[in-house]
Amino acid sequence: MGEPFIFWLFAAIVTVGAVGVVAMRQPVHSAICLLLSFLGVAGLFVLAQAEFLAAVQILVYAGGIMVLFLFTIMLVNVKRAAGQPYVHTQAGAGLLAGFLLLAIVGGTVVASSRVRGLSGAGDLADPARLATTSITRDVTRVVDGKNVSTPVTEIVIGNSQAVAWGLYRDYLLPFEVASVFLLVAMIGAVVLGKRTMERVD
Amino acid sequence: MPFPAGDTLLILPELFLTAAGLVVLLWATAVSREGERGLAFFSIGALAATGILLFVSARMAGALPRSGFGGMFVMDRFGLYFKGILILVSIVTILFSLRFIGAASYPGGEYYGLLLFATVGMLFMASGTNLASIVVALELMALSQYVLAGYFKRETKSLEAAAKYFVLGAFSSGILLYGVSLVYGAAGTLSLAGIATAFAAPKPPAFLVVGIIFVACGMFFKIASAPFHVWAPDVYEGAPTPISAFFAVGPKLAAYAIFARIFFVGFGPRAGDWTAIVAASAALTMIVGNVGALMQTNVKRLLGYSSIGHAGYALLGFLAYGDKSGIGLWSVLVYLLAYAFMNLGAFGLVILLEAKGYAGESVDDFNGLAKKNPWLAAAMLVFLLSLAGIPPTAGFVGKYFLFSAAMKAGYFWLALLAVLMSAVSLFYYFRIARAMYLVDGEGTLHWREEPAVTAAIALCAAGTLAMGILPGPFVQFARTCLLPFGP
Repeated sequence: MGEPFIFWLFAAIVTVGAVGVVAMRQPVHSAICLLLSFLGVAGLFVLAQAEFLAAVQILVYAGGIMVLFLFTIMLVNVKRAAGQPYVHTQAGAGLLAGFLLLAIVGGTVVASSRVRGLSGAGDLADPARLATTSITRDVTRVVDGKNVSTPVTEIVIGNSQAVAWGLYRDYLLPFEVASVFLLVAMIGAVVLGKRTMERVD
Repeated sequence: MPFPAGDTLLILPELFLTAAGLVVLLWATAVSREGERGLAFFSIGALAATGILLFVSARMAGALPRSGFGGMFVMDRFGLYFKGILILVSIVTILFSLRFIGAASYPGGEYYGLLLFATVGMLFMASGTNLASIVVALELMALSQYVLAGYFKRETKSLEAAAKYFVLGAFSSGILLYGVSLVYGAAGTLSLAGIATAFAAPKPPAFLVVGIIFVACGMFFKIASAPFHVWAPDVYEGAPTPISAFFAVGPKLAAYAIFARIFFVGFGPRAGDWTAIVAASAALTMIVGNVGALMQTNVKRLLGYSSIGHAGYALLGFLAYGDKSGIGLWSVLVYLLAYAFMNLGAFGLVILLEAKGYAGESVDDFNGLAKKNPWLAAAMLVFLLSLAGIPPTAGFVGKYFLFSAAMKAGYFWLALLAVLMSAVSLFYYFRIARAMYLVDGEGTLHWREEPAVTAAIALCAAGTLAMGILPGPFVQFARTCLLPFGP
């Protein structure tokens, strides 16, 4: 009992939700299953002591993105055409490939779970360390009319700060590239979604 | 300030190009249909300026390689080599596009903007030294590609290409990310240098190998090598032809850049784990690409399959990872430059000859080209000879060094297979040559009808011949652009 049990519970929720997304006939039901999966992931984040991520997961994914999904489904009004085969003809091959993948990945991960990771990878998974990331920064003070900067090491308490430091310092460059990425996604949606691209003039 | 201000200098070219892309998008709202050519020339100017900025910022950065942004980005000669070619590829693509975007009543602003953003992604890929920055840059490029593939959205084939590419591309990105997460789990870092240090340990966990395989699968998809190649002919056929030309060269080159960097630098200590996979994929790719091309009547599909075959040749260089002379890497660099010239040139001819302007391209379009315009026919012949690997063209030089790299690495059977498949490729390349020289066609084709496309073709032909006749300087230059490598 205790933490392992809760982990397996949330993991089961995530998996059941994910299977439901592809197995449900009604798009709305699929969306609800996706919500279930998102909530399970949020639970896993809490277990990993990443409360901030868990909150973001619920607010952004389970909140915002799910609402958008549901709106889209209602607006588009998807209906399954009668007589259309529900199970794809390649479902057998897909299932086989999926289980093969599961066996290989799952097998190797389980097999290596007893081996200690490289270069202290074991420490990395220590959640307590994640929550109290220490950061070193230069503090500039005026001493005798001169600027003196001394490195100060601080313990970051709580993981929203840790996320912020990761996002805006260590991963600043990918973060900025991702902003261009989102811009491209927006333009792309407009380009492909606009009904006609002819000019009126 | 967590980073020294000098780090911004390193990404100055990329910053400039992003700004230029934004300007194109905003400007597009204010120009008329006729004014859109101005957007194209502005984009070309911006790309050229980016090229100059690359040179300037490399000069100002001092001793290379110089790393910045906490090891996310590096400015080194390897990256600069790729960036130079990539900028050239984008310029040629825009020259190819002028006719399409002007004639087919699709607005140009978003088109050129997306092309510039795709280029930004490719430039960041060429310099990425951390799996996080590499993957994000890769996605920036890929997302722009999906939209560009479907840009001619009144054409069903274009939309089909976009949908196929998007679904398969998203899937491959998922596999790549899965692999990256496993590698991260094993190494505890995303930095390539850090991964190399961690992987030098004698007994890695077993899932590390699975991670490497998954990352390799993601790379194989991006360079369209078997068994992850199926998307390429369909996407090349359906996408607007200038975009097909772009896909066949630009994003592939950027993918080779990250492939080399991840596997040589990051996974270098584990070369024993991945050379067998790369060898198997190379063999399969050469066979599938060249045999598949035999059956094609659509030129874009034919060039699609041919580019799959070429991906197989290029993989040979990766096998010579451990060779002290560095031939494994510089043979790939030389080959990719040759590949850029000859493939862009061949696509340029397709664009020039497309009867209906879009989606009507067959080998028959080339009928009697030698009579219509002997110069263009000669240029196409040069590209075909080069693609087949016959001297004195760039393709021969590239293949020569790749095959010797494979021999040096001890893969005689692969080098033999590569020679055999080059012979097979003669059949389909010479179908086009036969159509040009031995079949009658009517009408004439003057270069003044399409000055921009002809200029781009002339540039590619000059490059192909120059590399073929005087390979020395090109090879010498590529040899100075190696990565820090070796076990």
